[in-house]
Parts: sequence; C-alpha cells; structure tokens
Amino acid sequence: MEKRFAAPESVTEGTSAAAAANTWRWIGIVALIVIAAALPFGLSKYHVFELTMVMIYAIAVLGLNILTGYNGQISLGHGGFFAVGAYTAAILMHRYGVPYWLTLPPAALIGFALGVLFGLPALRFEGPYLALVTLAMALATPQLLKYFDTWTGGQQGINLAKPTPPAGLGLDRDRWLYFVALVVLLIAIRTAANILHGRTGRAFVAIRDHPIAAAAMGIDTAKYKTLAFGISTLFTAVAGALAAIVIGYVSPEGYSLFLSISFLVGSAVGGIATIGGAIVGGFFIQFVPNLANDISDAAPWAIYGLAMLLFMYTMPRGVVGTLWPRIVKFVAARKIAAQFAVSQREGR
Amino acid sequence: MHQFLQQIFSGLAAGSIYASLALALVMIYRATDLVNFAQGEMAMFSTYIAWTLVNAGLPFWLAFLITLAVSFAGGMIIERVVIRPVENAPVLAAVVVTIGLLLIFNSVAGWIYSYTVQDFPSPFPDRPVFGALMTTRDLGVIGVTLLMLVLLFAFFRYTPVGLAMRAAAQNPASARLCGIRVGRMLAIGWGLAAMIGATAGVMVAPVLFLDPNMMGGVLIYAFAGALLGGITSPIGAVVGGLIVGVTENLVGTYLIASQLKLTVAFALIILVLVFRPNGLFGTAVVRRV
Amino acid sequence: MAPILELRSLRAFYGQSEVVHGIDVAVEDGGMTVLLGANGAGKTTTLRALCGMVRREGEILFAGKELHRRSTEDIASLGVGHVPEGRGTFVGLTVEENLRLGGYLKPRQSPEAVERMYGYFPILAQRRRQQAGALSGGEQQMLAIARALMMAPRLLVLDEPSFGLAPRVVESIFGIVERIRREQKVSVLLVEQNANLALELADHAYLIETGYVVASGSAKSLADDPQIRRSYLGY
Repeated sequence: MEKRFAAPESVTEGTSAAAAANTWRWIGIVALIVIAAALPFGLSKYHVFELTMVMIYAIAVLGLNILTGYNGQISLGHGGFFAVGAYTAAILMHRYGVPYWLTLPPAALIGFALGVLFGLPALRFEGPYLALVTLAMALATPQLLKYFDTWTGGQQGINLAKPTPPAGLGLDRDRWLYFVALVVLLIAIRTAANILHGRTGRAFVAIRDHPIAAAAMGIDTAKYKTLAFGISTLFTAVAGALAAIVIGYVSPEGYSLFLSISFLVGSAVGGIATIGGAIVGGFFIQFVPNLANDISDAAPWAIYGLAMLLFMYTMPRGVVGTLWPRIVKFVAARKIAAQFAVSQREGR
Repeated sequence: MHQFLQQIFSGLAAGSIYASLALALVMIYRATDLVNFAQGEMAMFSTYIAWTLVNAGLPFWLAFLITLAVSFAGGMIIERVVIRPVENAPVLAAVVVTIGLLLIFNSVAGWIYSYTVQDFPSPFPDRPVFGALMTTRDLGVIGVTLLMLVLLFAFFRYTPVGLAMRAAAQNPASARLCGIRVGRMLAIGWGLAAMIGATAGVMVAPVLFLDPNMMGGVLIYAFAGALLGGITSPIGAVVGGLIVGVTENLVGTYLIASQLKLTVAFALIILVLVFRPNGLFGTAVVRRV
Repeated sequence: MAPILELRSLRAFYGQSEVVHGIDVAVEDGGMTVLLGANGAGKTTTLRALCGMVRREGEILFAGKELHRRSTEDIASLGVGHVPEGRGTFVGLTVEENLRLGGYLKPRQSPEAVERMYGYFPILAQRRRQQAGALSGGEQQMLAIARALMMAPRLLVLDEPSFGLAPRVVESIFGIVERIRREQKVSVLLVEQNANLALELADHAYLIETGYVVASGSAKSLADDPQIRRSYLGY
C-alpha cells in the first residue's frame, strides 16, 4: 500500500536531460522571485493580503509534503500544528509583549518538539491508522483551545495588534508583511531542498519506498521517521505563527478539521513529493474556495469538491508531480534531437 | 448500577450505528485499500431521500426499502463514474476524490434541503423496557442493525456473488482468470456499502435530527471503530463500532463534561491501538522487501 | 488436426517496452504444446498476453474466435483455464471456496465438478475446509490446476507448474494432468523449465529466446537436436 503513496522523484541529478532541465529551472526560479518581489506594487492591499496567505499556506503544505510525500506518512492533523504555531505567536505577543518577528523561532521550536513527541507513538502506525491518530489531533485542537481558556482566550480567541512596518522603507503594513512571508517562504524552500536532496532526504525516501530494506541497510527507521515528523510540523507551526501575525487574530474555529484537510488537498493537488507543488497547493487553498463562491452562491463547496475531482482526474500526481517529469522529458527529447542534427551536419 | 447498565445499552444503540458505517468503510477498504471519507455524507443523502418519501405520504418501511434500493444503485454509479478514474492513481489522489465527494454531497444537500435541522420520524415507539434499562427505540435500532449484519454476512458466506466479491478483493488477477468481472464486483461493493450507510442514517436520524452535517461525527466514530476492530476485519468493524459507542457514552457520563468527550474517547482508542497497532481483529500486513 | 489455439505474430508489452517480438505458436486440438526457454525469455509474458493480462498486438485465434481485443474475464468464459505463475490461489479462502470460484461461470455444473476434482486430487478432498494458504506448495499447485479445470476449459494454460516442488510431487502432478488431458479432451499449453520432463509429455515444442521463437517442431525432433540437448537438457 505504501508503494502507491510513492510519487516519482521530481528530478534526479546526473543525466544530461535533468541537467538541462535544471538550468531552465534555475532561470525559472529567479524569474519567479523577481515577479514575486515586484507583484505587491501592482496590486491592491487586499490582493497583497491574499498572496501573503498563499505563501503562508505554501509553507504549511511544504511541511506536510516532507512527511506525506517524501516519508510516506499521511497526516490529517497538520491544522493542529498550524494552530500550535499560531497560538504560540499570539500568546507571546499578547501576554508577554514579544515583538512579532521574535515569535517565529519559539513557534518553530515548539512545533518541532511537539512533532517529535507526536511522532514517537505515531511510529507504530501506518496508512489509515496514522490517519486516525492525526485526525484525532485535528479534532481535539479546537476543543483543547476552548478548554484551556485562561491561556487561549477560549471561544473569543485573542486579538493582536498588527505589526508596524519599519520606517524608511516606505512600505505599508500589508506590503511589509508580504515581504516577511516571502522571505520566510524562500528560507523554508531552501531548507527543505537542502534536507530533502541530502542524506536525510534519501533516508526519508528509502523508508517510504522500502521500509524493510532501509532498515536492513542500517538506516535508523525510527529516528528518521520521527525526524520527518518534527521537521514537517516545524514548517507548519512557523506558517501558523505567520498567519496569526498577518491576520491579527486567533480563535478555535479557525483551526478545525477542515484546515487539516485543506492542507492535505493542497498537497495532493500541487504534487505530494515535490517542493514546487506546495506553492500550487497554497494557491488552491487560498483561491479556489473564493472562486467556487463566485461560481455558485448556492453550493460553493460542491464546486470546490468538483475542482478537487477534476485536478485528481487530470493530474493524479498533482500539478507539479505530473507536469515536471513531462517538461524534463520534453527538454531531453529536444536535446537529443539537437545533438542528432549536429552529428548529421558534421556528416559522420 | 442501574444507571451504568442504562448507559451501556444506550451506548450499544449508538454503537450499532457506528458499527454499520464502520462495516461499510471496511468493505471498501478491503476491496481497494481506500478509506471512503464520503461514506457518511452518502448516508446523509440517503436519509434525505427517505425523509422526502415519508413526507410524500409513503409508509415508513416502504420509504425505507425504496431508499435502500436507490442507495444501492447510487453507490454503484458513484463507483463506476467517480471512483473508477482514480482506480490506478496514487492512494492519496483517491482519498482526495472521496473528500471532494464528501463536500459535494454536503453542499448539494444544503442547497436542495437547506441547512435547517429537520425532525425525522422514528418507526419505533419510545417506551422504556426491561425495567427501564433501555427504550424500545434503542431496541429497534439494535434489532434492525443486527438483522442487516446477519443478512450481509450470509450474503458473503453463502452466495456465489458474495464469494466472488471476496475473491476479487483478495486477488483481482486470479479472480479475472476465473471469469469474475472485478470492476462489477467493486461497484456492487460500493452499492452495498451505500445501502448499509443508508440504514445507519435512517436509524440515527430520529436521534440526531436531520441536517446536512448530521453524519460528520458519526463517520469519525465509525472510522475509529473500524480501525479499533482492525480495518481489514468485518467482524472487527462491528465489535469496534460497538465498543466506541459504549466508550463514548461512558466517558460522557462519568469522566468528563461533553466539552472534551471526543478528545478523551479518542485518546482511549489510540491508547489501545498503541498496544495493538493492527486493531483488535486485524492481521498484520506481510510485506515483501 | 486443426489447431485450437494459434498465436500469429504476437507482440506483448510491459508498459512501453516490448518483451515479445512477434511470435507464432500453435496448439493442436487435444494436444500438448510446451514453450521452453531461459528465465526472462518471454514465455510467461506470452501466456499473459494470450489472456489479456498485458498489452498485446497481433492475432490470437482460439477455437475460431479472435481473442486479442477481449478482456481476461471474456477469455476465461470462452474456455481458457489459466494457472498463472505463482499459482494465484486465493490464500484466504478455503480449498472448496477456491474450487467453487473456478466454477463461477458454470454454477449449475459446479457441485459435480467439485466432486470430480476431488476424484482426481484426493488430498484436496481431505483439506476442503482448510484455508488454501495453509496448504503445501504441491497441494496449492494441485488446487490451482483443479480450479482452472472447474470451468471445463478447452485449453489449459499452465505456467511452470513444477516451480519449487520436489521431483516426486512434480511427477505425480504431471501424471494427473496427462490423465485429465486424455479423459476430458483438454488441450494444454505449458511453460516449463524442466525441459526433459516437458519434452517427454508434449507433442509440440517451441524454444523462445529474448522474445523470439528460435526453434520449433515436434517434441521428439527438439529433444533429438544436439544443440538443444546441450543447452537445455544437459546431456
């Protein structure tokens, strides 16, 4: 069963085709960063806010991708870890007057620690069993938040003062927060790429594809599975903290089971074992519900559901997971054709 | 003591609902390795069909039978039309499709019937029996569920189609070589699961009242029950569902106020699973290296 | 005699890659044909192509019908009983349930057919209520053959029935197959590594290497060919 969880590796280094595709990828990445940096100046405040949320969701989905995509552990509970990050930031800012940017490291730390703690019992579970355990986490989150109301403000939640942008940059608050989120997203992507393309990432994938063989090769399965959980929830908790800062408000209703499911859907739609897929997932989570609302007032979630079906039918491995291998193949074919043309011209 | 027994019996009534839905989940999981998250919403939709028929003046049991037939056909059509395109896709894609289906059913039900909570008639009178240990309504719910379970087990055990369905779930390639149409068996499985869900929905609606979100909680408890019993074991699903029903009721009555009931009930279930990771009746999956 | 099965320039694929490159094979009505060859030559793939379990091109004529566009289930219902590689028994079901599944397409004849199989394979009668997974390798092979025979096929396809079994068990299984073939007028297409035994029983043989037929003829002529003797028969 875990075999079917496995999506193909997005790209493997070594072949010339992949190298060619890699060059194009770098050009694409730089272009994307430039566009992302220019974008807020051409958009209304509300659209800037929306794009900020896209990036935040992308960080959360990236965290889930590390766990589900690369390590093969399914989670229906990442909304809970998102909430942990959000409330860490909110409580630190509200009760202790900590500046907003200083709340991200503690959120990361607590996210990691809780993920490792949660990952330990989760080691015993696979497939639907892990889904149940994490589902329980998602369900318990709003209940627990309401229960410990001295800290969390209970049902009412916590209102946060929106941070002021540093003077001299000439940026308003929304655009400033957009850039904060962009920087965090870039750091997250870089970190994820380093981890996943290195030794640790190879161990994750080995455990996902051949758990017994991985153990036989001397990979400490328990350590890496727990680590995957911790890293994954670290990302998601940081995203949660950012969301609390940007929205300026936390309440138990914002972190229901539906949020966890949205992350999983975003992950699947983008492409589970891809880094770029997380960004596509972020767009899906932020925009498709609104689009659905525009299409049909009466049954917006039916439209959202239909969109999920259509994406899975046309791109079962997600947008990036389905399209990227095709691009690599296309570039490879072009390159071979070019070499062939050259050798013809040289008239061997 | 008397109160304790009362709570056990009313837990069994709720548990038999969870057991039915859990069984539906297990049936589909055994055949396709897929947890159908839309099972609860499909049941909710079936219940609305029954409600429409009863409101149109049909006698309750006739409406119930028609609902079962419609649900069976609907389940088969959903498998052929909605699930089949992701039959060979990664599991996560199939899971997302069932979640999409869940949203579609919920939203469409809200659109057609509105989100207003509706009364649903109970076919059973509400009188205490056995020295007020339980009510006739609980007894009726348990009875109907048991009858359905017995019929279902007999179907799988003693009919050629039931045998062929078990074979198709276990080894599709060999089943094809025997001339069994595996795709059709899957569709029948979805039809039966939808029928079981419809029964659960109609039985629980008089208690929970009818609205599009009615089955959300039931599905979660059923899922927990199915896993507690062992996701590969039909008997486990039934036992697991009953245990979850009783546990939930006892936790709610004796341990903690309803606020944290769900959390505590789940914590207990997970505690059990830590010691039996394949559920009470499940078997470990033997994996080849 | 007219052939009951003819494969004409049959090609078979796993995904994109072609494994069998246009082979011609015939099985005489009532006869036994064996496909010989090393591991990975494409013998099993040929059998799978015949039954629509892999993508294939070319002609497959069975009892006057074209099979190559039909599904596995249809091919079974036309009278091809396939005992796949690895036996394909339903390990979680009882011996008797396995047999009843074999007779799924002919439910009315099923009870007598089950008894007939118990006649051929008495050990299965003793084990009828046991789970197939609890049987020994030889017993499972017998069960798999009996299951395929339950549908009263005109052609029995056997994929390495001797695999992993002791020589004595293999001999007894082939003895029974031979008896059934005569009594029930079933034709047999056999894939076998044990070339000595196979050439003794079969009347026609094909030697397959890397997806091509490299030699064919009567079993006797192949058994007498010095080169084949050296490479495949070991003397």
